[in-house]
Amino acid sequence: MVITGVCLLAFLVVLCFFLGYMERKVAAFMEIRLGPNRVGPKGSMQIVADTVKLLFKEGLTPDGADKFLFNLAPFIVVITSMLVVAPIAYARDFQLWDINIGVLYVSSISSMAVIGILMAGWSSSNKYSLIGAMRSGAQIVSYELSIGLSLISIVILSGSLQLSEIIESQANGWWIFKGHIPVIISFVIFIIASTAEINRAPFDLTEAEQELTGGFHTEYAGMKFAMFLLSEYINLFVVSAIAATIFLGGWMPFHIGGLDAFNHIMDYIPSSIWFFGKTFLIIFIIMWFRWTFPRLRIDQLLNLEWKYLLPISMVNILLVTAMAIMGWHF
Amino acid sequence: MLLGQDHITEEGEFVINMGPQHPATHGVLHLKIGLDGETIKKIEPHLGYIHRSIEKMCEQLSYRQFIFTTSRMDYLSAHINNQACVLAVEKALQVEATPRAKAIRVLMAELTRLASHQLWWACMGLDLGAVTPFFYAFREREAINTIIEETCGTRLTQNYMVPGGVMMDIHPNFQKRVKEVLKQIKEKAHEYDELLTGNVIFQQRLKGVGYLSKEDAVSYGCSGPTARASGVSCDVRKLFPYDGYEQLKFDEILNTEGDSWARYLVRLGEMKQSISIIEQLIDNIPEGDFQAKTKNVIKLPKGDFYQRVETARGELGVYIVSDGGATPYRCKFRSPNFSNLSAIPKMAEGAKIGDLVAIMATVDLVIPDIDR
Amino acid sequence: MFLKEYFGTIFNSVKSLLTGMKLTGYYFTHLKEIVTEEYPDNRATLKMAERFRGEVTMPHNENNEHRCTGCQSCELACPNGSIKIITKQEIQADGKKKKRIDTWVYHLDMCTLCNLCVIACPSEAIVMGQNFEHSVYDKKQLKKILNKTGSKLMEGVEE
Repeated sequence: MVITGVCLLAFLVVLCFFLGYMERKVAAFMEIRLGPNRVGPKGSMQIVADTVKLLFKEGLTPDGADKFLFNLAPFIVVITSMLVVAPIAYARDFQLWDINIGVLYVSSISSMAVIGILMAGWSSSNKYSLIGAMRSGAQIVSYELSIGLSLISIVILSGSLQLSEIIESQANGWWIFKGHIPVIISFVIFIIASTAEINRAPFDLTEAEQELTGGFHTEYAGMKFAMFLLSEYINLFVVSAIAATIFLGGWMPFHIGGLDAFNHIMDYIPSSIWFFGKTFLIIFIIMWFRWTFPRLRIDQLLNLEWKYLLPISMVNILLVTAMAIMGWHF
Repeated sequence: MLLGQDHITEEGEFVINMGPQHPATHGVLHLKIGLDGETIKKIEPHLGYIHRSIEKMCEQLSYRQFIFTTSRMDYLSAHINNQACVLAVEKALQVEATPRAKAIRVLMAELTRLASHQLWWACMGLDLGAVTPFFYAFREREAINTIIEETCGTRLTQNYMVPGGVMMDIHPNFQKRVKEVLKQIKEKAHEYDELLTGNVIFQQRLKGVGYLSKEDAVSYGCSGPTARASGVSCDVRKLFPYDGYEQLKFDEILNTEGDSWARYLVRLGEMKQSISIIEQLIDNIPEGDFQAKTKNVIKLPKGDFYQRVETARGELGVYIVSDGGATPYRCKFRSPNFSNLSAIPKMAEGAKIGDLVAIMATVDLVIPDIDR
Repeated sequence: MFLKEYFGTIFNSVKSLLTGMKLTGYYFTHLKEIVTEEYPDNRATLKMAERFRGEVTMPHNENNEHRCTGCQSCELACPNGSIKIITKQEIQADGKKKKRIDTWVYHLDMCTLCNLCVIACPSEAIVMGQNFEHSVYDKKQLKKILNKTGSKLMEGVEE
């Protein structure tokens, strides 16, 4: 268990390297550029070179900073994002910790990241950082609600909080296909809200380079900065993995009820490929958002949550509940 | 630490210094902002970080030499700055440029305006957090710059205008290339609308933000698209035509809304007008000399001379006082960005930090032009 | 009525966002649209415009002759003082003394490439060169002497 866990963490770091590379390439191709192409084949080692550079940089702590909190914050951010990885099922029969309140665990732990961000912003003794941290507080706390509500809709349908059972319940079709329009709506809301939750553009108000020069991590350098970067990519992966698990069936192959021959062929594709395929599809969509849209303003961001996402997901919950009670889903 | 006296004013405002090094100020502008939460209460621009005393330098330079310094003021409309100086000298000498030179000057000025507005559009997206538009607009801007480079030899600080005409004749490929680029720009024009103009987030960021009333625009001395978006008719090309603008058909884009969105639309409209001007001229460049005869050493008669032109950002005035010698006695540039900057505190009152960035992007400040 | 407006806003917003994503998606799938020039790699094929102003150069012909008479028009025309011409008196074959250039000093570090010296030159002795890779580690290397050692004035330029 411990060894698998350590291996998984190492795998996560490698995965983040890949995500960093992927993001640069996706951005470059959308911006009619070539992207990194110097270090290694097709530039794939660029992110390793960057990490080495960050390792050798001085881990500067500003004079006026609260030194303890300043140095603690990056660890909290990384640890919280790594904790969420635990209950994810990567393939058939490969789940490290099949806790029976998986969904609850994920949504509660992921909201702890805000503490690290607030800590980083406050202790930096930088006014931009402070504003960024305050924004992040307002943002994450609000979007938590929509994420919770959209997760609940699937909990209602599958009748379980346990991730493995949610996956099993999708053996005859993924929830996004089985659950009609309400589930599609809650899927879209989940994607939007979780993009906001992990502070990525168009919701990257906490960093907002053009406004706050870097937001809560303005004062961080070297490895401490790299920690924030790492946690950003782990969060991206986690959020996409959760979305893939809950709405797209996790490692469950694409099955259509009744067509046994077709289902059989689908079963030949390894379950881990299904899982990572779905996850990377969602990661790509979130990256696509980032490289297309301008950033929202802070009041518009909160408007979007409180005036659109939250009411819609509340009504949506009603529909889903009705659907579950009447058994209208497939 | 944060609650010391330097950070909170007596009125209880939280002070942040935007600049001199800041990603959104496009240079070394320093804005001291008093905040209440995210809301801006007060803005105090601090200038002088890029003062190079261009006006004083001009007093040492001859009337042929001082032109190149003005390329370094508003470097995005370098041609138009040079044109202003050249026109001022011509006015004083009572020499007129040849028809061919005039046409070339107007073509170059409009190409510059087009390229400048494209850079503005690119940075507009960037300031609002969308990185991708930057590259799409730069693709077209590079094409224009390549044309300018082919004729003038440089891409940014051209120094192509000389008193009496232009420095060199246009390159033989010039007309063909310009037509190609115009075609390319027209083909790609829909991307501008799809990516930013039509985007709901973008519209929400600009609409109703940074309102500048017509009276304020006049009293702050705003000019160019900033003033025209508030309904002030101030296009120098229409009101005080120079270099044959009076013979060209183009519209002065006006909008009465006065907010950031209006400024955005005015600039987009101006790009279309520039294309139309270039299309009218490109096949009708008169034959003849590209330079009128002037003396080797230019000496201006005693007196003072003023010439204004419309740069991509507003009205640039060149004021030369001559004591009859070969160098100006005093040279003064009335730069559009300085006046436009002074209106920003008014526009941004009560706005959010994100709005301030949007306002600065729509006003399209070029900082070296403010300080000179 | 309110609901119609509410959902209308949502519909239009989503539509406008998808239009933008369609465009970036188009470029993501059409990689031939990439415009990046890989500069140090494309050196062999990189061709600057013929009028490109890279540096001031003084062309010499195959007999090591240049066209500069040492009239110093360029020195006067230069706004930055980046040209310094040192002349000497040279005894000609017919015994007359004539002014000839000794060293033609060009300070590239001060030059703004404004082209005023080139158009001021009456004998077309200097032209703008195409080279633009001027970076050096020592500023002193930017002070250049343009006339080659032992070079002479071309016949027939002075008349």
